[in-house]
Amino acid sequence: MTYDETTLAQLRDDAADIVSRYPVKRSALLPMLHLVQSVDGFVSPDGIRFCAERLDLSAAEVSAVATFYTQYKRRPNGEYQVGVCVNTLCAVMGGDRIWDELSEHVGVGNDETTADGKVTLERLECNAACDYAPVMMVNWEFFDNQTPDSAKQVVDDLRAGKDVAPTRGPAKVCTFKEVSRVLAGFDDGRANEDQGVGAPTLAGVKAAKAQGWKEGKK
Amino acid sequence: MTTLTPVLSATWDVKDSWTLSTYTKHGGYRGLKKALKKQPGELVQAIKDSGLRGRGGAGFPTGMKWGFLPPDDGKPRYLVINADESEPGTCKDIPTMLSAPHTLIEGVIITSYAIGCNHAFIYLRGEVVHVYRRLINAVREAYEAGHLGKNIHGSGFDLDVTIHSGAGAYICGEETALLDSLEGRRGQPRLKPPFPAVAGLYARPTVVNNVESIASVPAIIDRGVAWFTGMGTERSRGMGFFSLSGHVERPGQYEAPLGITLRELLEFAGGMRGGRPLKFWTPGGSSTPIFTDAHLDTPLDYESVGAAGSMLGTRALQIFDDTTCVVRAVMRWTEFYKHESCGKCTPCREGTFWLTQVLKRIEKGHGTPADIQQLLDTCDSIAGRSFCALGDGATSSVISSVKLFRDEFEQHVSTGECPFDHAASALFTYSDSLEGAHA
Repeated sequence: MTYDETTLAQLRDDAADIVSRYPVKRSALLPMLHLVQSVDGFVSPDGIRFCAERLDLSAAEVSAVATFYTQYKRRPNGEYQVGVCVNTLCAVMGGDRIWDELSEHVGVGNDETTADGKVTLERLECNAACDYAPVMMVNWEFFDNQTPDSAKQVVDDLRAGKDVAPTRGPAKVCTFKEVSRVLAGFDDGRANEDQGVGAPTLAGVKAAKAQGWKEGKK
Repeated sequence: MTTLTPVLSATWDVKDSWTLSTYTKHGGYRGLKKALKKQPGELVQAIKDSGLRGRGGAGFPTGMKWGFLPPDDGKPRYLVINADESEPGTCKDIPTMLSAPHTLIEGVIITSYAIGCNHAFIYLRGEVVHVYRRLINAVREAYEAGHLGKNIHGSGFDLDVTIHSGAGAYICGEETALLDSLEGRRGQPRLKPPFPAVAGLYARPTVVNNVESIASVPAIIDRGVAWFTGMGTERSRGMGFFSLSGHVERPGQYEAPLGITLRELLEFAGGMRGGRPLKFWTPGGSSTPIFTDAHLDTPLDYESVGAAGSMLGTRALQIFDDTTCVVRAVMRWTEFYKHESCGKCTPCREGTFWLTQVLKRIEKGHGTPADIQQLLDTCDSIAGRSFCALGDGATSSVISSVKLFRDEFEQHVSTGECPFDHAASALFTYSDSLEGAHA
């Protein structure tokens, strides 16, 4: 492994924290792969060896797991993973067009990264926000009800180094590495940040109130 | 007219709805206090009596699932929450956990107490990082309030909860694949039996339940079984989310008694977009056979939807108007299953690949008349012959769409092109063609 002493010490501490959450240590593997991505920006050969060593697995066993899941990247990922949902509902509502225009605008295709290392584009499958179609995700934060122009603006701002806020979620989109650390189970203190609840989430409550329903009434 | 019944969503419009203080102020954790005064067996019986059925798609009676656990042998048993919400169209658990994570946490505590579990896991899909933050935060708040940890509120009951992030794999919504994934392996389904109730997580007795099922438990314990059975139909009790998406004026989450109809839901949702005609819809996500306007008055409960030839599934109503090409829609769903097939069994791995090839060909206008039968033959090789339900689900939209819209498939073949203007289906306007750019 080529990690320096400080990095390795931190990784070992973090890995011990993750392992302590489970009765059987192999369960720590998925969060540990997120942890590796938070340091290396992808599942690196070093990271695979690190996980194997900590969990008494072979490198082949770790690789077999890492290659199964789409969130684990096999080569250095962009700072921002930008996914346009092209599953049926979003595609029909305009996701296909958003993808076409965005991909043309940025000049890269599916699973490709811009030369500046900022943005990796992905043709996304359903991200459980169909009532907000068409949906785009940036580092797994919600960008709801997108248009080709809004999507291009987001990507331009990200590439220009500006802070970008999702439509639902925290005050700003964090980097791929930062978000990977959260997914490894390390709190970044942003849970109480909020961009407001979207209209579709509240559509039923609003309609119920129009019917005379009141909260608290059984 | 059926009345909407916000229960889980009742506080979503309240300021800081996700916090413990808001949740408690609105009656949260009252169910837990009542539960801890009862014997675990009474709670299992109450959930059996309530008729609550799994809200994750299969509709299996929740209390019965809990009852399948073997008698306590003094060793660990586990509760695992399936929060891997990924079925296309399904978008109810994510807003629940984002806006009111404590409904789930309280349900986890009550359920764990009922089944004798001291370590529960919430398996959340990895692609929703703010939901993960909210769950971690809610668990921390619950520990600080004494709802979690050792000797909860002096009951002698201990519980720890671990929030576990997946990493992008639809198959992990299948309960045994989820367990393998939680054990740090590739998420591939296990042979059943043994069922998780006997040998689940770490080969120990395990209950795997959907988020909405468990989030419904506190209200049932707090308000009583009679309150819950007062909603819904005879065999489909209670309320549930109906998630409307697509070509409707006001898509979103509508919590209503089971048995409500799409016609009623559309009234709440402001009707079809621009008053256009309804063409087809899924009653319960992309794995359920599609319906048309002939099913506007089908009661959306397990029995009625089943009798009409589909499944209630996750009540994910993806709604499409007459601008939508059904071949295109089905082709995309099938691409999804091809992408998400875990590769373990041949019928699903190879079958979804071949379905995609044939559907793409037809959609582009390059199909042959034999292709339509080929689709059905291939479905025949997948459905009922795959290792898990993913394969069956992949065939639902194909078979049902050929049955309902065969002429549209034939038109693609005979005219050599797709007769639809895709731009007309979109929510924004565009005209010029960019098709195929870096696709």
